[in-house]
Amino acid sequence: MLEKFNHLFIFPEYFHGIRLPGVVPYIAVLGSVGFILTILPMLIWIERVVLALMQDRSGPNRVGPRGLLQSSADALKLFMKEDARPKNVDVSLYHIAPAIAVVTSISAAAVLPLQNITFEHANGVQFSVPLMAGDVNIGILYILAMSSLQVYGVVMAGWSSNNKYSLLGGLRASAQLISYELSMGLSLLCVIVMAGSLQLNKIVDSQNILPFAGAPEALRGSVMCWYWIRSLIVPVVIYTIAMIAETNRSPFDLPEAESELVAGFHTEYTSMKFAMFFTAEYVAMLVVSGLNAAMFWGGPLPPLNVVPFTLIPGFVWLILKIMGGIFFYTWLRGTLPRLRYDALMNLGWKKLLPLGLVWLFIIAGMNLGTDLLIHQYPGAKQFVPQEARFLEPEVKSTTSSDDFGSVDDNQEPVQYNTPSSGRRGSAPHIKGIPVSRVR
Amino acid sequence: MSGESVSFWILALVSVFASIMMIVSKNPVRSALNLVITFLCVAGFYILLSAQFLAAVQIIVYAGAIMVLFLFVIMLLNLGAPEALIEKGSLQKPVAVGLGIFFVVLIISSQAILSLPQAVGRPSVTQYQGTVEAIGLSLFDPRQPWLFPFEITSILLLVAVIGAIVMAKRKV
Repeated sequence: MLEKFNHLFIFPEYFHGIRLPGVVPYIAVLGSVGFILTILPMLIWIERVVLALMQDRSGPNRVGPRGLLQSSADALKLFMKEDARPKNVDVSLYHIAPAIAVVTSISAAAVLPLQNITFEHANGVQFSVPLMAGDVNIGILYILAMSSLQVYGVVMAGWSSNNKYSLLGGLRASAQLISYELSMGLSLLCVIVMAGSLQLNKIVDSQNILPFAGAPEALRGSVMCWYWIRSLIVPVVIYTIAMIAETNRSPFDLPEAESELVAGFHTEYTSMKFAMFFTAEYVAMLVVSGLNAAMFWGGPLPPLNVVPFTLIPGFVWLILKIMGGIFFYTWLRGTLPRLRYDALMNLGWKKLLPLGLVWLFIIAGMNLGTDLLIHQYPGAKQFVPQEARFLEPEVKSTTSSDDFGSVDDNQEPVQYNTPSSGRRGSAPHIKGIPVSRVR
Repeated sequence: MSGESVSFWILALVSVFASIMMIVSKNPVRSALNLVITFLCVAGFYILLSAQFLAAVQIIVYAGAIMVLFLFVIMLLNLGAPEALIEKGSLQKPVAVGLGIFFVVLIISSQAILSLPQAVGRPSVTQYQGTVEAIGLSLFDPRQPWLFPFEITSILLLVAVIGAIVMAKRKV
């Protein structure tokens, strides 16, 4: 029964002459962009309802059931509104700034691993392909690059509006983003050191292990194996604080602090351009929550490897975890007051950054220690083969694209047991494509 | 024309145009933003050359950090387009144009373009030499000569950072 159900989700490699694994990235692009743009009104509704619950008031309740269509009505209103523009703005920069904000935040979603899709070759060999738009070698660096480009939308909006409040908002935003990017990168680095890869789907796969030797199969890839606990909790705390600061949300929403800066960098924007900044902010929230889910909370992995959980497909788990992140955002917004500017900088530079550095040392030491104890040589962990989900244990699995670091399962023990061979396990893989590539 | 050459020509035209605009525009903020576009185009060239890691680092370090700091300083000083910066009646412009034309003529007359090495066969750089793993393995391989310069450079940067802090520190 269960095997039959699982077999439903194994697709043939060729369908009417079309190679299906090649179509996967396009499905991922359509799926993720479509999901992001359709979930946005829902997100705003969730935020307003949760905030209303926390503040003991009714919240949106006029349009649709429980005010569900309120944000759609708001979006319609923003579409219809007149596009007013102040006189002395820098016209081209003023118009291009919201577009930059939206494009950079949506394109960062390209490397989030939604789930693995299993295909069956004609000869019966099964292999899995990660459902993501770009399975690039530099996954996390790509997200960091895109999030560092996001600051340009804000800065250009603030500067081109020719308004002192906008300018102050833009300056604050750029300072805040630069400061918190460092601690964000350090916390992510802890996980990267443990996983030995920058590819998000490999990081997810490396969480899909047994928590300790001899553990029951139900615990494979469970809550205990995710990096939030394996990296000893501190990195996830640092990342969560930094991600809130990166997206300029309360309590770090100084760039748009309404009590002092009117509305910060988007003071002078009306109608759809304002809506685009709004969109960019919420999409950025989705993306950083998605990165949080994939890096620290197992991404598409179910919390326990038992039946009712494993029947739910991976991308649903990922979306649930992202929604957990959104709820956390709202929770903080409902409870914490805004930080003072110097307190914000103190927290970023004097607390999170040194803590992140120290923790990186601890994690690296731990990693080196386990490598030396278990595998007898440093850097061994990077080459442990990772099984993909939803596969039978005896079936060999590979990921589709640049799996530079992965090795053939069969030659793996040989690699480990020959500590005398020069570079020991790393050099042979430079030569070229690993043997196990099916494509 | 392959997709690679199409993207190369688009990137090339945009980057040349943006770098000319960076020099020409009178507004410092616009100059800085044009420089950002140039950096992004250079990152695109790296991707075309299969150097993904270099492209990401180019965007993160140059476009994401250094240019944001540039913009930060420019906006903080709020230079706008002050008249004092626009030099009038100086010899710089005609001399620059003259020297530029001279340089172009020199290149064409020396036939340097014609004697550039032509690509023979398939490019030697494979898809796997630009990955993070390949760069890391060659950078930290003790048998390669890159480890020592890398460490020395990082110590140099550390000294520079400490020096900046010492200079900026208030006297206690």
